[in-house]
Amino acid sequence: MTILRAQDLAINFGGIKAVDGITFDVNKGEIFTIIGPNGAGKTTIFNLISRIYQATSGKLVFDGDDITHMPPHRIAGRGIARTFQNVELFEHATLLQNLLLGQHAHRKTRPWEEVLFLPRVRVAEREIRRRVEEIIDFLDLQHYRDVVVQHLPYGVRKVIEVARALCTQPKLILLDEPSSGLNVEETEDLSFWIRDIRDDLGITVVMVEHDLALVNDVSDRVMAVNYGRLIATGTPADVQNHPDVIKAYLGG
Amino acid sequence: MRFIFKTRYDQDINLFPHGGAVFWYSLLAVTLLSVPLIVTPFYVGELSFLFIWSLAGLSLMVLTGYTGLISIGHAAFLGIGAYVHAYLVRHGVPFIPAILCGGFAAAAAGLVIGIPAIRMRGLYLAIATLAFSAIAEEVFVRWETLTGGSRGVPVPKPQFLGIEIDNEIGFYYLCLAILVLCILGIVNLLRAPTGRAWIAIRDSEIAAQSMGVNLAGYKALAFAVSAFLAGIAGGLFAHKVGYLTPDIFTPILSIQLLMLVMVGGVGSIHGAIFGAIFLVLLPTVISIARDYLPAAIGQQPALEPGIYGLILVLVVLLEPLGLNGLWLKIKFFFSQFPMYKSATFKRQKTYMRTERLQ
Amino acid sequence: MHGGRSMAEFLQLLVNGLAVGCIYGLVALGFVLIYKAGEVVNFAQGEMMMLGAFVAFTFIVQFGLNYWIGLALAVVVMAAFGGLLDIVVVRRIIGQPQFSTVMLTIGLGVMMRSGASMVWGPETRGLPSPFDKTVLQIDGVVLSAVYLAILVTTALLCVFLLGFFRFTRVGLAMQAASQNQLAAYCMGIPVKRVLSSVWALSAGVATIAGVMLAPISLIDPNTGAIGLKAFAAAVIGGFGSIPGAVVGGILIGLIELFSGVYLPEGFKDTAAYIVLLAVLVVRPQGLFGAVGRKKV
Repeated sequence: MTILRAQDLAINFGGIKAVDGITFDVNKGEIFTIIGPNGAGKTTIFNLISRIYQATSGKLVFDGDDITHMPPHRIAGRGIARTFQNVELFEHATLLQNLLLGQHAHRKTRPWEEVLFLPRVRVAEREIRRRVEEIIDFLDLQHYRDVVVQHLPYGVRKVIEVARALCTQPKLILLDEPSSGLNVEETEDLSFWIRDIRDDLGITVVMVEHDLALVNDVSDRVMAVNYGRLIATGTPADVQNHPDVIKAYLGG
Repeated sequence: MRFIFKTRYDQDINLFPHGGAVFWYSLLAVTLLSVPLIVTPFYVGELSFLFIWSLAGLSLMVLTGYTGLISIGHAAFLGIGAYVHAYLVRHGVPFIPAILCGGFAAAAAGLVIGIPAIRMRGLYLAIATLAFSAIAEEVFVRWETLTGGSRGVPVPKPQFLGIEIDNEIGFYYLCLAILVLCILGIVNLLRAPTGRAWIAIRDSEIAAQSMGVNLAGYKALAFAVSAFLAGIAGGLFAHKVGYLTPDIFTPILSIQLLMLVMVGGVGSIHGAIFGAIFLVLLPTVISIARDYLPAAIGQQPALEPGIYGLILVLVVLLEPLGLNGLWLKIKFFFSQFPMYKSATFKRQKTYMRTERLQ
Repeated sequence: MHGGRSMAEFLQLLVNGLAVGCIYGLVALGFVLIYKAGEVVNFAQGEMMMLGAFVAFTFIVQFGLNYWIGLALAVVVMAAFGGLLDIVVVRRIIGQPQFSTVMLTIGLGVMMRSGASMVWGPETRGLPSPFDKTVLQIDGVVLSAVYLAILVTTALLCVFLLGFFRFTRVGLAMQAASQNQLAAYCMGIPVKRVLSSVWALSAGVATIAGVMLAPISLIDPNTGAIGLKAFAAAVIGGFGSIPGAVVGGILIGLIELFSGVYLPEGFKDTAAYIVLLAVLVVRPQGLFGAVGRKKV
């Protein structure tokens, strides 16, 4: 069953076609990886899905709804969460505060109720905290709960970003180069976590990734792009042996 | 060294994290309540000033310290609150509705500048607030029915529940009560989704947005709340000085407020209070220092703003987290005693050109 | 509009507005130079102009030097001051959040203002100009040479700067540093020194602006407030474009003078700010700027 469908998706930046008419489907419960050389438009596709960029043309359908024109802050509530290539955490806040913000899309209290801190605000806060603790347990972050994020090592911050995305209770998670900057061990952990996210939490995973070992390890399907165009889609092995993909990476 | 063993989520949700904090804040409350009975009216008056400054600092702290939106024109909001409040009080409106109206008028002005500001990035916003305060200054001079023009207007004593508060002690308690209420409201917001959304906007707009924060809404809200508090502070200020003239609400006042926030420590309520204490003590220190400086410098009226500027520069260069940062470091030093390492507080630098306007 | 007289008045306003606008434009140009090079917004640019004017005042009036020698000395002194300011203070906060740079330069501006007031006193001062006495009469329109001199100087300065950036090594290094500091550094450009020279350059330009301003509107330590109008100019110009800054300055100057005559009292002093706010609301990226967005 299709959860996300991109149809003829395109965006121009002052004449440069960063994404040039890409069509793809992501099935519910699969791990779908986008690969391609630097500058191929992978992150741009993510930015289009999370509505940071407005597509020049094309259509995005998520879970039966057209989200092509949905305001970007509504995307999280609709069920799409994401991480960023260069870690965009709230650096001066604690890990806990970062994750609590992940629940923002599901907040039930209004600012005037919060000023008075009515009992229902307390109830809502407890519920938010309970859900966040589930994610903390899931990703083994108990240690760092009250540490200000900027003091933590890069590897941990990468994990926190995944955790924060999971806290939005998404149906689909977009991971932008989750393994970049991680060491071998951390990357291995990551591959377990990505599978757990799908298997235990039932979340569909779309990721952009360069580490082919990781890609082969976890992906159900792979899509290769270059110059904003789709080159090939299929199983990891099929795509890597596709002549056009080899050409895109090695030149010629 | 204190270990807090947490067993319930409420321990993180409560106002006070542990019994020790309850004890110290109770002690502070008792002290503040009994101070007017002990010290002379002059110091009671100075303390009322401290509370008003703290309120104004709290206002800018919400906007700049927590939401990361720089306002270089906060004097305008104080002025709007002060003039509206004074106008209503002169026309017989009781104290509470009048000061609330002052606050709401300032909040409305905050929205007027805040809503367009949503589309602006950090720097443009700072410039916009500066322009706004320049316009407001001109309006204060020209709108004579409200402000009395450049001659100014007298402000009657506050009437509270039919009783005129004409002594320093009554006004002290009034300011204290309002300050405590405002701090409680802001602390409540900060431990709830709204406050977290503000902090998120400050640290990364783009991540906040993809976590579902409506940037426009929360920025506008921050502006409104901040301007509201500034308006309330302005109303109290009007009573405190007794006579309003447009030359009170000049850019130098805005800069003093920025200095308050910077010196106190960006991003903390304690910082607003520390900054206010600093600002109230500073003129006294300067006037003492004047006697020790050579006459050519010491007798110059321009010395005071010059020192404000110098302090701003020194804080940015040496201790960007201000007094609150210093306080945290001292606390940390003792709590970790033999293990303290200075690298914990080393500042991180980024060389990514991310905040560029173009 | 009726008859030749109001036409003459109109032309005179036009020239005066252009001249005042040129000064705003030059101060704005200083903002833009510093901003482009080091991503620091210098809220003290107006104060640098004021200081420059006072330094020139010292050389020309107090020491009685020849006008041109005094001007040249003032430019040199101020350029050294600007460079030193970068080396001693501003350089330390490169790489820190924008918030810090805003606070720092505001603090520096306040210090300069009070320093000037301590050294030269709070009174207003005039600075004679060699063009003071000359008056041109064209077709019944009386034009003071002071204003025309401002137009000519600005034009010359713009040509000089364009040539400087296009053809000299230092100018090219400045451009490189402004596009990508790290890359420029790797290519062997001494980025720190380049940034300091940008500060020196921008202080020099501000000094010329200040000296030109002095004859048409007396100077005092608060003259630096003009910086805000120059901000308006820079914003209208898109805050990254040097020609944009000058055009923005001229627009602000014209709007200000014309609103002073044709609009009710009070608009003259606020027109620049109202226009600034309007531009920020309608086109936050400025009239000439492109939309910039943080990359993720």
